[in-house]
Amino acid sequence: MYRYDEHDKKILAERVAQFRDQTRRFLAGELSEDEFRPLRLQNGLYIQRHAPMYRIAVPYGVLNSTQLRKLAEITRRYDRGYGHFTTRHNLQLNWPKLEDVPDILAELAAVEMHSIQTSGNDVRNITTDHLAGVAGDEIVDPRPYAEIVRQWASFNPEFAYLPRKFKIAFNAAAEDRTALAFHDIGLEFVRDAAGELGFRVHVGGGMGRTPMLAEVIREFLPWREVLTYCESILRVYNRYGRRDNIWKARIKILVKTLGIEEFRRRVEEDWAELRDPASVITDAELARVAAYFAPPAYEPPSDEDQAFAYAFASDRAFARWVGRNVHAHRRPGYAAVTLSLKRTGVPPGDITGDELDLVAQLADRYGFGEVRVSHEQNLVLPDVRERDLHELWLRLRAARLATPTVGLIGNVISCPGGDLCSLANAKTLPIAEAILTRFEDLDYQHDIGELDLNMSGCMNSCGHHHVGHIGILGVDKNGSEWYQVTIGGRQGRAAALGHVIGPSFAADQMPDVVQKLLETYLAQREEGERFVDTVDRVGLAPFKERVYGAPKELARAA
Amino acid sequence: MPHDVVIRNRQLEPDHWRIVGAEPGEAAQELLPRGAIVVPLALWKERRAELVRRLEPIGVWLEPDQDPAEIAADLPRLALVAVRFPKFTDGRGYSIASLLRRRHGYRGELRAFGDIGRDQLFYLSRVGFDSFLLPEHRDPAAALGGLHDFTVRYQGSVDDPQPLFRKRAGLEASHG
Repeated sequence: MYRYDEHDKKILAERVAQFRDQTRRFLAGELSEDEFRPLRLQNGLYIQRHAPMYRIAVPYGVLNSTQLRKLAEITRRYDRGYGHFTTRHNLQLNWPKLEDVPDILAELAAVEMHSIQTSGNDVRNITTDHLAGVAGDEIVDPRPYAEIVRQWASFNPEFAYLPRKFKIAFNAAAEDRTALAFHDIGLEFVRDAAGELGFRVHVGGGMGRTPMLAEVIREFLPWREVLTYCESILRVYNRYGRRDNIWKARIKILVKTLGIEEFRRRVEEDWAELRDPASVITDAELARVAAYFAPPAYEPPSDEDQAFAYAFASDRAFARWVGRNVHAHRRPGYAAVTLSLKRTGVPPGDITGDELDLVAQLADRYGFGEVRVSHEQNLVLPDVRERDLHELWLRLRAARLATPTVGLIGNVISCPGGDLCSLANAKTLPIAEAILTRFEDLDYQHDIGELDLNMSGCMNSCGHHHVGHIGILGVDKNGSEWYQVTIGGRQGRAAALGHVIGPSFAADQMPDVVQKLLETYLAQREEGERFVDTVDRVGLAPFKERVYGAPKELARAA
Repeated sequence: MPHDVVIRNRQLEPDHWRIVGAEPGEAAQELLPRGAIVVPLALWKERRAELVRRLEPIGVWLEPDQDPAEIAADLPRLALVAVRFPKFTDGRGYSIASLLRRRHGYRGELRAFGDIGRDQLFYLSRVGFDSFLLPEHRDPAAALGGLHDFTVRYQGSVDDPQPLFRKRAGLEASHG
């Protein structure tokens, strides 16, 4: 992974000093709450329902074991011994003290971590594929490019006070594991006819109150120009994006209002005039950064070791876990492994400090010390030898990190919701828990097959409910908590938004509603169809009928 | 709106400019004040010939939604361009500065005024502002340190177009 040199360290040290002084001035009354708010948000610090909520950046989802141990220590020392992985690779703490945050920043800096621009109206953490560098279906490793863009976006002076937050993602793989179409800028690696590497540039995607798929602004951008072109997109957005209404301030609204042609014309005009050759990425810089992402010292595959094949054939639970949580690796004899953070009794994405320590230990023992955070709120060990899988599984299972439900309903993706977040309209965690408990039976889950269930406590869509095969959104009606259900959404190359099935439900109805949706699917499905395929084929009507059919139930729905 | 002190050349300096028409409710003045004045874009467009004839230093100030291209042709005769920040969270002025310096080649004094303070000065100075008029309730002397929050910059901007990656290469080359 990328390691900081003296310059990176200096910048980070200066950031810590800057925020320490800002916090001191706020506590001394020299900065008002209004003056301090944007400054603390640019350091990932929210003032929340119970305490500050503090968001630590995990750039493009890559962590090493030293960093995990530091995060573990921070959760114990400054919080209540746990943290929450988000859908954007970040780790959130729910109970830090405002006055401790500068010290936390200093602790993070010691392991080359930070919380730069993890909130606020600026360029947020850059995200990418959690299998970057090990996936067999990628045309290039996106991480060096993501790091170069991370550096460019960090403390970028022109774009610190944008109309609204701004999210950039990279995808280099055939299968999109990044929700690329839902980013303000989506950079899709492509090769042109001459074989040159570049990007198909997507712009104006997003979730939120007005979900939109990104549109293509440029079919091919040479990779060296990624900083100059992103700069022009951001400048046009910074100048013309709406600032009068927070719900209409994202770039997607500007792109929609101007139309992609006019938006493109403005960007291309700016780019033609202001493109600075100094910001064109050099081969030397790419080589410097790429060297940090060189593959680890893999062992050659060995034909003699039959342990994996034997365990796979003889142990059904292990085989099931392999089927769901183990992913193909470009290197023969290796696999990438998802450590599931979805278990009953624990909010999705939550992890304790002791578990972080354990994951660090397992990463050192089985995976070259590296860990990834997936946007589905799980952790991934990207480089595990096949012959270690069974042993690793036993240890994960003992630690309750081996729920074999990746891609199934049990892999519930959810924001922290109204229990912890002051933006939320409704709680999500009790619903997630009720669903996890109702469908705990693994045979049933495997029978249902691939199903993404996503839940957000409000329109900010941190749980990506729009792209859930089943999406659940917390809504407020006259001060009480209700849940709106969508079906048919999906992420990936064929990304689509879910459709609302009808009036929303009370919390205690939700497990039944989900069960009825599943029953409808089971009754209607044809051979090989996933839930979402059946929705596509038969439409919403059978699902609505099953859910709202009985008049008594309909009467209760609001 | 007379002020005595601005931050210019990275220090406190006495100021002789008078910004016209930026106070809410300030009446349009038929008779322009004497001395160096900074007029709003509309006034400049309306009374350009008269303003040029005054033979006193003249500047124009822009609101964040105004296009700097509107004064591009006039820049050689303007001794100051100012950009108003109605709220410090309104970042349009940063792009205006960038456009004035990079697209329109403006080399004169470029002033930020309005709701700015210590914590904005570093970024403002990077995109090309070299003069800062703080509101009366903020102490410019206490704000000066904000110009020095960072000594290393990842990306190029108006103050230094060379991104760190080009300097890294240079440093490595010079180390042999």
